[in-house]
Amino acid sequence: MDHNKLPKLTFWRAVLILILASGLYSTVLRFTKGLGAATALSDRFPWGLWVGFDVLCGVGLAAGGFTLAAVVYIFHFERFHAIVRPAILTAFLGYGLVAVALLFDLGRPYRIWHPLVMWNPRSVMFEVAWCVMLYLTVLALEFSPVVLERFRLTKPLKVIKAITIPLVIVGVLLSTLHQSSLGSLYLIVPSKLHPYWYSPWLPVFFYVSAIGVGLAMVIFESNLSARAFKREIEMPLLSQLGKVMLVILGIYGLMRLLDLASRGALGLLREPTTETLLLILEIAIGTAVPVVMLAFRQVRENREGLFATAVLVITGFLLNRLNVSVTGLEASSGAHYFPRWTEVSVTLSLVGAGFLFFALAVRYFGAFESPPLPAGARQ
Amino acid sequence: MSKSILVDTTKCIGCMSCVAACKETNGLPQNEETELSADSFNVVQSRAGVFVRRFCLHCQDPTCASVCPVGAFMRTAAGPVVYDADRCIGCRYCMMACPFSIPRYEWKLALPRVRKCTMCAPRQAQGLPPACVEACPVQASIFGERDELLAVAENRLRENHTGYVQHIYGEHEAGGTSVLFLSAVPFEALGFPANVPQDPLPTFTYRVLSKIPTVVSAGAVLLGGIWWITSRRAEVAEAEKNDLDKSGGE
Ligand code: SF4
Ligand code: SF4
Repeated sequence: MDHNKLPKLTFWRAVLILILASGLYSTVLRFTKGLGAATALSDRFPWGLWVGFDVLCGVGLAAGGFTLAAVVYIFHFERFHAIVRPAILTAFLGYGLVAVALLFDLGRPYRIWHPLVMWNPRSVMFEVAWCVMLYLTVLALEFSPVVLERFRLTKPLKVIKAITIPLVIVGVLLSTLHQSSLGSLYLIVPSKLHPYWYSPWLPVFFYVSAIGVGLAMVIFESNLSARAFKREIEMPLLSQLGKVMLVILGIYGLMRLLDLASRGALGLLREPTTETLLLILEIAIGTAVPVVMLAFRQVRENREGLFATAVLVITGFLLNRLNVSVTGLEASSGAHYFPRWTEVSVTLSLVGAGFLFFALAVRYFGAFESPPLPAGARQ
Repeated sequence: MSKSILVDTTKCIGCMSCVAACKETNGLPQNEETELSADSFNVVQSRAGVFVRRFCLHCQDPTCASVCPVGAFMRTAAGPVVYDADRCIGCRYCMMACPFSIPRYEWKLALPRVRKCTMCAPRQAQGLPPACVEACPVQASIFGERDELLAVAENRLRENHTGYVQHIYGEHEAGGTSVLFLSAVPFEALGFPANVPQDPLPTFTYRVLSKIPTVVSAGAVLLGGIWWITSRRAEVAEAEKNDLDKSGGE
C-alpha cells in the first residue's frame, strides 16, 4: 500500500535490505571467526569504528533525549512538549543500538553482565557501564507512556506520570555522568593521545558537545520526519532550539580555544600534519561555521538554513569523536587503522535499524501525536 | 616489598634463552617472534645495535588493573600483575590504556583472552625465580627485591658514568614499575616511550572520578530547585490567569 503513497521509500528500502544483508554476513563472520576476521583491529589498535562511532557517537547523538526532557519537565518550557517524545524515542533507540554494538565489539559479549557483579569502582568503564544500563531503564520508563496509552493501560500510566519528575532528574544526572565519562575514558592515555585532543577537560568537552549535538539531532529528526510523514514542522520551536545551540556551541568553542592555548598546543597548528587538518576541519564544521550561521536570525528561522546547520554540527561532532578515538591515537600507536568493510557494514546496519525502528514507532505508537498535558498544567 | 627484575641491556648478548624459557613455561608455541603477541609474552629486539627485552613492566600502580571494569587485572602483593581470564569481558580497555602498550589479544579466536607476561607468578609462589631470569646465561636480567635491585642499578650507574645513560627506566615511569632497565643508549632509541608521566596514571582518572559524588548531589539539588521554582511560577501564572478570567467574567 505504501508503494502508492510513498514511492520514494522503495528505493530506500532496497538500500536498507542490501545493508542489512551485508550486515548479517559480517555478523556471522564476527561471531564464528572472531574479531580478527571481521575487523581491522590489532594489538596496536585495539579500539576502532565500533567503539569510536557506534558507541561514542551513538551515545552522543542520543543526547537530545535528556536535553529536551530537562527543557520540558525541569525548566517547564511546555511549548517543547510536542517534540520531547520523538527525542526520548530516539535516545532509547540510540542507546539500545549502542548496547547491540557493544555485543559486537566485546571479545566475550555473553559476559556483558559481569560489571553488575564484578566491581571495579576505580574504572571509568565500570562507571559508564552502570550509568548506561540505568539510563536505558530510565529511558524505557520515560517512553513507556506512549506504549501504555496505545494499549489503554491507565493504571501503570498513572504510576509513571506520578514519578515523571524524579525520573527525569535521575535521567539527566545519569546522562551527565556517562556523557562526560566517555571523555574521561581517554584521560588515562596522556602519552598516547595527540595534544590537540588530550586535555584534562575532556569530560567537560564531551558533556557540552553532547548537549550541542543533542539539540542538533532534535532539529535534524524533526525535519526528516516532517518530510517522511508529511507533517507540519514546528519551526518557531526549532528556531528557539537553534538559539540555545548557538549559546552552547559558543561556550564549547571558547573552551576548546582556551584549552588549546593554555596547554601550548596552538603552536602545533603551524605544522602541516594530518592532525592539524583534522582539527581545523572538526572545529570549522562543527563549531565555527555553525556559530556564525546561527548568529543570523534569517538562518535560525529558515527551515533549510537551520537544517543545514544541524547537519554541520552533527558532522563536526562525529569528526571530533573519531579524532579522539581513532585518528588522534594513530601517531603514537605506530599503526594505521582503517575499518574493514565488514566492520562498516555492521555499523551501517545498526544505523539503518535505527531509522527503521524510528519509522515503525512513529507509525504504530504515534510518537509525534501531541500528548495530554502533564498533570500540573491540566485544566 | 615487591619482587622485581632488573634488565641490563648492556650485558644482553641476544641469545634468546629467555624467550625460549618463557615459551616453555607458559606452554606457548616455540616460534621466534620479535614483536609481542598473543603467544609471545617476552621478545628480544635488536635496536640501535642493542638487544633489548620487551615484556610487561609490572607497574606498581598498574594502569591495566585500574581501568578494567570487572577487575580482571590485579597486582599481587608479591609484585606480579596478573590476569583472570574468567572475569574478562574483552573490552580491551587495558590494551588501550597501558602506557607501554603491552597486553595482547587473541584476535583470531572466537573466544579470545588478553595475554601478557605474568612475571611467572606461579613459579614465584613456589619460591622460584621467573623462568627468563633463570635462563639468562650472562645475568643480563636479575631477580630480587625492588629496593635491592634499585641499589644494584644505582651502583652500576655510579661505577660506570660513561657506559650508561644515567637513568633507571622504570624507577619513576608511570609511578614506578617492578621491571627496571639500564641502557647505554637513550631509552627512546630502544623503543621505550619517553613521555610516560611520572605520576601513576590511575591518578589522572581519579581526579575526575572523585568529583562524581559532588556533581551528583549538586546536580540533584540544582535540578530539583529549578523544577520547584519553574513549577511554582507556572502555578502562580495559572492562578493569576484564573483570577483575571473570573474578574473579567464578573
Ligand atoms: S606494563 Fe602495562 S600491562 Fe604491564 S602492569 Fe603496567 S599497565 Fe599493566
Ligand atoms: S579486556 Fe578484559 S582484562 Fe582488559 S580491561 Fe577489558 S575486561 Fe579487563
